[in-house]
Amino acid sequence: MTLFKAENIQKRFGARVVLEDISLSVEEGTVHGIMGPNGAGKTTCFHVLTGYHAPDGGRIVFDGRDITGRKPHQIARMGISRSFQIMNLFDETVVIENVLLALPEFRAHGFNLTRSVFDDKALVDKALGVLDQVGLADLAWQKADALSYGNRRALEIAVALAAEPRIVFLDEPTSGLGVEATRQLMGLIRKLRKTYTIVLIEHDMNFLFELADRISVIHWGQVIAEDTPAALKANKWVARSALGEVA
Amino acid sequence: MISLSDIPARGGSPFTPAMGLFVALLLTAPFWLEPIGLYHYLGIEIAIWILFALGFNLLFGFIGLHSFGHGAYLGVGAYAFGLFQQEVTVSLWGGLAVAILAATLAGAIVGAFVSHRRGIYFALMTIAFGQVFWFGAIKLHSITGGEDGLLGIARPDLVVGPMRLDISDNISLYWFVAVILVLAVVALWRIVNAPFGRVLQAIRQNETRAQFVGYNVWLIKWLTFTLSAAFAGLAGGLFAMAQESAYPDVMSLHQSGLIVMMVLIGGGLVSFWGPVLGVLLYFIARDIIGGITETWLLWFGLMFVIMVMVRPEGVAGLIHVLRQKFAQTQQKTVAPASNPERA
Repeated sequence: MTLFKAENIQKRFGARVVLEDISLSVEEGTVHGIMGPNGAGKTTCFHVLTGYHAPDGGRIVFDGRDITGRKPHQIARMGISRSFQIMNLFDETVVIENVLLALPEFRAHGFNLTRSVFDDKALVDKALGVLDQVGLADLAWQKADALSYGNRRALEIAVALAAEPRIVFLDEPTSGLGVEATRQLMGLIRKLRKTYTIVLIEHDMNFLFELADRISVIHWGQVIAEDTPAALKANKWVARSALGEVA
Repeated sequence: MISLSDIPARGGSPFTPAMGLFVALLLTAPFWLEPIGLYHYLGIEIAIWILFALGFNLLFGFIGLHSFGHGAYLGVGAYAFGLFQQEVTVSLWGGLAVAILAATLAGAIVGAFVSHRRGIYFALMTIAFGQVFWFGAIKLHSITGGEDGLLGIARPDLVVGPMRLDISDNISLYWFVAVILVLAVVALWRIVNAPFGRVLQAIRQNETRAQFVGYNVWLIKWLTFTLSAAFAGLAGGLFAMAQESAYPDVMSLHQSGLIVMMVLIGGGLVSFWGPVLGVLLYFIARDIIGGITETWLLWFGLMFVIMVMVRPEGVAGLIHVLRQKFAQTQQKTVAPASNPERA
């Protein structure tokens, strides 16, 4: 079943056309990769798909509903979650609060004035469970800005998962990670793919080819190819644009 | 670094040592204010400003929206209270309710215009709107009394059920203001420690992330602006009663700047209680340094400059650092560091 679909998305900033014509379709339960050279429009594409920018043209459909032009908080509530390439965390507070804030149960009590945040054992346990998924349960009561770079990346993913999404958009999760941390992250995404549908922007081609079921190659603001990793390796256009050096 | 968002040492109960100390000082003040050479009216003034400052810090410190025009809502409350006494009927509860309502409405309207702004644009717009109210107060002569303001506002009797108490003298009025303040402080304490308060702080830390985990950031900012204006309106109503008048100066830019200065110097950015310390410091400076020299504001200004340079987290930050140092030396002499995990 197609869970998420973008049709002919266009996005301009002033006179600059960043997304010319982007269409992609993500099947439920798969990992869909997005690759392309720097400046191809990958991150802008994510921003448009998750509501940060409204598209200038085209249509976005999630689970049969048209979500084009919806605000980020509305899209998030529908079950679409994302991480950021440049880390976006609640840095002044503890790791576990980053996750707590994203839990739907917590959000439902957002206007409640009688409850206390850290006294709700069920909620705290649930947040610990999410942290455990990414291996951060032991660091739950550390301040977020005290974490190592790799752990901050993991927390970024934990926050995205805490919202109980059906689909998770990960924007270059390996960026800045060393070999060992990248390997761990690969293990984590393998585990997550059993539960979530994942859309993944990645620079690290080996990483992407290992994990993705299908890959869209974006260049000049367009999808120049979409196929399975194996088929893409044989595609001459792809070889010329981004993959040339790697594959 | 210290921050407002450090987890409170205990859970949701507002009965903390700091709260105990605050309430104890507040409720014993009438007995020691005069013996130490101060006067009861000062107590009223301080209590009202604490109310104003704590409500303001919801916006300034907690959600991180730097309003420089908040005096306007204090003024709107003051005028609303006065107009109600003079034009409708002399009633304490009616007057205060109208003061809160008027300021809430003003805050809701302005909030709707400014809540999508950030940083300097937000600050400038709050100043602009603040000036609009101030200008209105001066120019709408037939309603507000122009530059003279509303004079001779009554201090109405306190009516609770069948009881009717005269609170027109300073001591009784102090008791009344103190009780209102305690209720307001407990309410504010609950707000900032409840999920809602944590969401405010999350928005301050990272607005984008808050949006992407599903919070309607605009709505929450608007609500906070409105709520903060409501507290300012209550403070304004009490202020009009204390001063027995309402005048344009109450909502001047000067007043708006003063509250920012008090909150910053006290440490509103790092502590719930920061604004209280700031208000106390200001009035101590005004009355004690002011007793020595007419140029007290210069000295207070210098104090502000030094504070911002040396310890930008304010008095509350200073206290925090000193306590940590003290705890460290204790730890060295007593026992090895224990597991910092929460009990």
